[in-house]
Amino acid sequence: MIEVINLSKHYGDKRAVDNVSFKAEDGEVLGFLGPNGAGKSTTMKIITGYISSTGGKALVDGIDILENPIKAKQKIGYLPEIPPLYEDMTVKEYLYFIYDLKKCKLPKISHLKDICDLVKIDHVYNRLIKNLSKGYKQRVGLAQALVGNPKVLILDEPTVGLDPKQIIEIRTLIKKLGKNHTVILSSHILSEVQAVCDKIVVINEGKVVANDTEENLSHRLTGDNKLICKIDGDKDRVMRVLQSIKGVDRVYCDAEHKNNVNDYRIEAQEGTDIRYELFGRIAKEGFVILELKSSEMSLEDIFLKLTMGESLPGLTDDEEKEAED
Amino acid sequence: MGAIFRREVRAYFTSPIGYIIIAAFFAYSGIMFSYYSLNSGYTKLDSLFGSLLTIIIVLIPILTMRTIAEEKRSRTDQCLLTAPVSLGSIVVGKFLAAFLIYAIAVSITAVMAVVVSYYGKPDWNVIVGNIAALLLVGGAYIAIGIFCSSFTENQVVAAVTSFIALIAASFMTTIGDLIPQGHHFDWLITAFEKVSFGERYYSFTYGVFDFSNVVFFISAIAAFLFLTVRVLEKRRWG
Repeated sequence: MIEVINLSKHYGDKRAVDNVSFKAEDGEVLGFLGPNGAGKSTTMKIITGYISSTGGKALVDGIDILENPIKAKQKIGYLPEIPPLYEDMTVKEYLYFIYDLKKCKLPKISHLKDICDLVKIDHVYNRLIKNLSKGYKQRVGLAQALVGNPKVLILDEPTVGLDPKQIIEIRTLIKKLGKNHTVILSSHILSEVQAVCDKIVVINEGKVVANDTEENLSHRLTGDNKLICKIDGDKDRVMRVLQSIKGVDRVYCDAEHKNNVNDYRIEAQEGTDIRYELFGRIAKEGFVILELKSSEMSLEDIFLKLTMGESLPGLTDDEEKEAED
Repeated sequence: MGAIFRREVRAYFTSPIGYIIIAAFFAYSGIMFSYYSLNSGYTKLDSLFGSLLTIIIVLIPILTMRTIAEEKRSRTDQCLLTAPVSLGSIVVGKFLAAFLIYAIAVSITAVMAVVVSYYGKPDWNVIVGNIAALLLVGGAYIAIGIFCSSFTENQVVAAVTSFIALIAASFMTTIGDLIPQGHHFDWLITAFEKVSFGERYYSFTYGVFDFSNVVFFISAIAAFLFLTVRVLEKRRWG
């Protein structure tokens, strides 16, 4: 549905977007994740045709946004970072204007009513936009993107500035929309992407550093051979016991709690499962395992690891190169 | 284009700008009409129309200052530029809306002509020519104003630059007069005269309906609207 091929955008010497490629299939929610200033908004602006690219292509449903902008734009609903609202209009007037602007063919009154029900703005329908709260402005912005029922929704940080309740509502709404639309959503909030998206593209300093599902991303970063273990017992003795277990490569003491309770990070050789022996040996020494888990990375860890410049194990050659660049 | 035109017209009347422009034009033209025609018993309207150029130089920058600058400042241009409409229709829609407000203001001169017709026998051809000229020169000035507004996010900057541009466009002849004559620069003086919007407008008020002047104003409208589209286009590539 959306294909971005080697997209670049330069502002003078600065490369805001550098050779970015990714694909979003029909009915997929793609999360666009990156720190502030990574190039998320710029990429989105290029896909929507607001600015042009320096190089590369953005295809919407197979149509190049630069070659046939009007036809491509018909398929896109765009919510920019700051919702583009005319504050001197009421919600109703504004949505009527957007309806006319997009040359929408759907039945006007019922279509706009459906949208208002969906984003829950029906009770502010006749109020001036300038008198609405930030959360409602954001919803009106979302409503304007939905006018004309476009196949693709591009939402630039849709939950910024909302209160927790509104954030949950908007996320639920995006999930719902993802069933019938292709959604590209940008965010620097990791839990948001984790909660809503099927697929994640991590971008840093204008480059794609990872492009996969969330499970795959965490899977690639961790294996069964890394464990985190909370053990009650004398630190030095526990370390000695752990190191003597067959297959253990390294042991670190990550955090020290009181009363001799410590967290240990154990890295074993690949393909070995040390949990049985670990349990037996620790019990034999009279220590107690309070907690044992594999050290799966959360999206936070992945994100930090990726944006700190480390490349992922198991990336394909191309991706590896991109990540290292 | 229709949607943008309707929104713009509505915006002129939800803010005070539309009313202020129309009221100011009515007031100024009313005073001039009393002064030149009613008080002095003069049934020709050439002096009235001649005096109106000054007020439109002041009012049109106010009329056009927000057209594009405000869209940029409030980021609503993102909504227009990502909608399935061409840049040309956005600019033309805005032009037509501003022109409608201007035409409403100018329409008062027709009322004045009717008033005069009770006292004497006005030359209707000349009056219609004058109103057409006022609309044409105003149209060209609106196009220049929109063009100036496309450079900035600041309405005040847009208004000041279009005010300067309109003064320059109106009084090109005066600028030409500063050039010493007979020093092989006569062609330059003529050139200034030819592009003087004021000179061409005044020739209408003298009762001369020169078709080349009509073509000049319409070309100026087209040229500045086209340039505005180019400025918007360029910003996308910047």
